[in-house]
Amino acid sequence: MTMMRFFKESAAVSVAELHKIVRDPTEMFSRAIQPVLWLVIFGQVFSRVRDIPTGDVTYLAFMTPGILAQSVLFSAIFYGIAVIWERDLGIVQKLLVSPAHRSALVLGKALSAGLRGLVQAVIVYAIAWLLDIHLRWEIIPILEVLLAVILGSCIFSTFSLIIACIVKTRERFMGIGQVLTMPLFFASNAIYPLEMMPDWLKVVARLNPLSYLVDALRDAMILGGHSAHGLLLDFGIMAAVFLLMLVVAARLYPGLAR
Amino acid sequence: MTAAIETRALTRRFGSFTAVNQIDLAVPQQSIYGLLGPNGAGKSTAIKMLTTLLQPSSGTAQVAGFDIVRAPVEVRRRIGYVPQMLSADGALTAIENLTLSARLYGMSAAERKTRIAEALEFSGLAEVSHKLVKTYSGGMIRRLELAQAMLHHPAVLFLDEPTIGLDPVARRAVWERLQALRRDFGMTILLTTHDMEEADVLCDTLAILHQGVIGVTGSPLELKASVGPEATLDDVFVAFSGGTIQESGSYREVRQARTTMQRLG
Repeated sequence: MTMMRFFKESAAVSVAELHKIVRDPTEMFSRAIQPVLWLVIFGQVFSRVRDIPTGDVTYLAFMTPGILAQSVLFSAIFYGIAVIWERDLGIVQKLLVSPAHRSALVLGKALSAGLRGLVQAVIVYAIAWLLDIHLRWEIIPILEVLLAVILGSCIFSTFSLIIACIVKTRERFMGIGQVLTMPLFFASNAIYPLEMMPDWLKVVARLNPLSYLVDALRDAMILGGHSAHGLLLDFGIMAAVFLLMLVVAARLYPGLAR
Repeated sequence: MTAAIETRALTRRFGSFTAVNQIDLAVPQQSIYGLLGPNGAGKSTAIKMLTTLLQPSSGTAQVAGFDIVRAPVEVRRRIGYVPQMLSADGALTAIENLTLSARLYGMSAAERKTRIAEALEFSGLAEVSHKLVKTYSGGMIRRLELAQAMLHHPAVLFLDEPTIGLDPVARRAVWERLQALRRDFGMTILLTTHDMEEADVLCDTLAILHQGVIGVTGSPLELKASVGPEATLDDVFVAFSGGTIQESGSYREVRQARTTMQRLG
């Protein structure tokens, strides 16, 4: 199996998903509502809390990358539902009977979640611009944001796929999905800095991949924002987590056809 | 000539339950082979093993000359599969569904173009190839799935209940195409069915599975003669499966069949 062939197989799956995204953008726009609510309501109120140490930026600017990360998390974490649906339809079985490499199929799905994530990024940038939050508009930081969003979407959609492979039914998945998203979001640096957390929560937040996504976004997205860990570490950890997820998911995915 | 599918003592257990118990199949090349049996008899489990979706617990099987456990990717290159459920993606057009399959089989752009044109011609869907599949009738979706499964000219085609829920006209259209695949492309076809007319009209050889074991194998004529001078395939089915279709079958299987039928309208 050459690498070229591998990526062509992944691209085949992503392109098919892209057709669906372009054809039915309603879901994308309904997802814009949540970031608006967080930034306009939650953000406005919490901006008045003077004790949140946000460094050189306003609270609203501080939380904007967190809200983008949240949008990425929320849109990717229910990816498993679509996969369970495809299992019930026999689509998964058909993909698995093809000679395509299993991890290429999983990567294709993950990349298509990345495409959805990019739409979230456009939405959050637009809201932030309207709210007069000072964003970085240079090319390199924007590319860093896009890469971080794609990686984050890949991580959480593949995590979701792993859960789908384990629970196999929509009902059980919904329950678990709900239980997972809030802790992932609140046990991260998305809407408050790590320094404010009690020690035990700091440990959880450091183990949470969402924290590294937020940290990278905070540096690349916001004027005056900076990364606590350094972009290299953020991207390194995200890439490593995604690779691990990819390996696990590629092993579990064939089990869906049984 | 070696058999297109050959199994030896092929077995699959789920915990203490044996779904497929030591089956020996020899499916001649270019034949249409029917696997009959009540729900829960092990037909789907057998197909899943032969299409490499499920590992056998013991025994061996060769499909298109390759071992399903030792060379699953080689097997996958040479087989096509139409699951019982409607597996064409309704949110995509026929062309997009076919393009996805063609790419997963590693076809070049030029090859894709000719093969997709051929498959659309074969399935009679050329005129509606740019419409979303969710607007198709059940018969059209089944024909598209056949087109997807034959795109790479597999040596062996597996079909799980290919005409379930179809009206008689759509059913005949599927039969004609299966016969054409054998005649024009030399494919070997293994299908499962509950439809005794389908088994009679279409299949050269039938094997009746009951509780994971093959009760009897033979041509439709031979099987009918073995039961009695006036016997129909229905009688053969009851004689060798020891009951009726409605009596068994897991909740999931029945739900799946009903969902498929519902989606076919």
